[in-house]
Amino acid sequence: MTTIVQFENVGLRYGTGAETLTDISFSLQAGSFYFLSGASGAGKTSLLKLLYLAQRPSRGVIRLFGEDAVVLPRERLPGFRRRIGVVFQDFRLVPHLSTWDNIALPLRVAGIADAEIERPVREMLAWVGLAERADAKPATLSGGEQQRVAIARAVITRPEMLVADEPTGNVDPDMADRLIHLFGSLNAIGTTVVVATHDLHLVSRIPTAQMMRLDHGRLLDPTGALRYPPPRGEP
Amino acid sequence: MTLFAARRRPDTTRLLDEAGGVRAMTWVMAIMVFLTVLAAALGLGTASAGRLLDRQLAGRLTVQVVEGEAARRDAAAARVLAVLRTMPEVAQATPVDRAELTRLLRPWLGSDAADAGLPVPAMIDVDLAANEDGAAEDRAADRVVARVTAASKAARVDRHARWMSPVSGLMRSVTWLAAGVVLLMAGATAAVVVLAARAGLEAHRATIEVMHMLGSTDVQVARLFQRRIALDTGIGGIVGTVVALGVIALIGGQLAALGSELIGGVTLGPADWVLLAILPLGFVALAMAAARFAVTRALRRTL
Repeated sequence: MTTIVQFENVGLRYGTGAETLTDISFSLQAGSFYFLSGASGAGKTSLLKLLYLAQRPSRGVIRLFGEDAVVLPRERLPGFRRRIGVVFQDFRLVPHLSTWDNIALPLRVAGIADAEIERPVREMLAWVGLAERADAKPATLSGGEQQRVAIARAVITRPEMLVADEPTGNVDPDMADRLIHLFGSLNAIGTTVVVATHDLHLVSRIPTAQMMRLDHGRLLDPTGALRYPPPRGEP
Repeated sequence: MTLFAARRRPDTTRLLDEAGGVRAMTWVMAIMVFLTVLAAALGLGTASAGRLLDRQLAGRLTVQVVEGEAARRDAAAARVLAVLRTMPEVAQATPVDRAELTRLLRPWLGSDAADAGLPVPAMIDVDLAANEDGAAEDRAADRVVARVTAASKAARVDRHARWMSPVSGLMRSVTWLAAGVVLLMAGATAAVVVLAARAGLEAHRATIEVMHMLGSTDVQVARLFQRRIALDTGIGGIVGTVVALGVIALIGGQLAALGSELIGGVTLGPADWVLLAILPLGFVALAMAAARFAVTRALRRTL
């Protein structure tokens, strides 16, 4: 399998405070599914920020899509970000845009022609069950609906890697199952998926998924399974 | 199908439409362009008047023969005229007749101006032959002065360009002043746009962060601001220009009604009107460049 992400002794410190993430080392394989769990404040969101290039580490090496992301010139970041879909914990929908326009935004940012936007957006709206709310503004949507818009926006470009921060936090169990199934479908067609969640029940929905656990900014990897190649003599 | 076919197309150009102060920006631009067009019109008008004055005065002299006794004055004037007509530097030498002098003096002397006993100097209008430049004209005028004063000690030579030079200098000063005001207004406009763009960036920080995370480039974000500011500047510029051109036309009419040859020269030609009319386009280009500079510069400080 191809390594799509590799962290080596990565540390992250905000300002002059203590390290939020310490000595993080792991590899993610292309086409795999990962859950990232940990208590609040363990550093899940910070780790995801490093993954979707919203933050540079204070130390260590991050290789993303085969390139050193730490020294990646700023001008090349947009190209890398377009290969990553992100579901933010707070959704971050654009308040002035309708559901339709929010979902279409990544395609327009990528320069897709209007004629080619219609079909994928329509499919995505149907997929997340919001076809009837296409013209609604985020302020008029429920928390769960906003979350579905955020997910649709993240996956509409069929990214190589999907990073989701608590994507089922505001939806009912049925919708959570549907969304995880959706992520599983994406993963089945080759998208690497990383989902940060508190909900350990979700993990059982994707039997092939691997679990990463963060505790006080350190990655717990007792089996070494997240290392690539795995340490000698370990499974 | 009908649900989606009926709806409008997705659009990111409205991302900044809710920006506060948009209307204020339009009015600020209208005022800036209004003042700039007025200043530019003043500069173009005075430049035109200056050029007209220079053309009218270039190479023109007046010879006065100041002699109280009429017979001696006429004899001296005849000698001077004869000398002038032999000089290659002189294109034309024309004595000003007594009737014309009387007409010129009438505003000051009334009917006494027609008194034949009034010791009025004899005057000769001189047009120098065309010269390559101002220095050559100066040399030609100096030779005329030398020959005329040799012909009659009562003769004096006035160069029109010299005694009107303060007026010409004033015209040039006003022209440069107007050009300076136009440049200052352009600078102030750029500064206003930079400040507005910074405020817009702050107001839309969250949206811009999302766009960046979706893979937007700085230029794509800057284009949103450029489009918005171009619209504000375009609308404001058209309003400001239309009002300014109306004011200029009104004042132009009032100046023409004064009947003054000097002030009447402060006119705008067709090219000047076109230049003033397209000034808003220059402001739109300036505002877009300033917005792009401000936005991309600010975004470079983010990841």
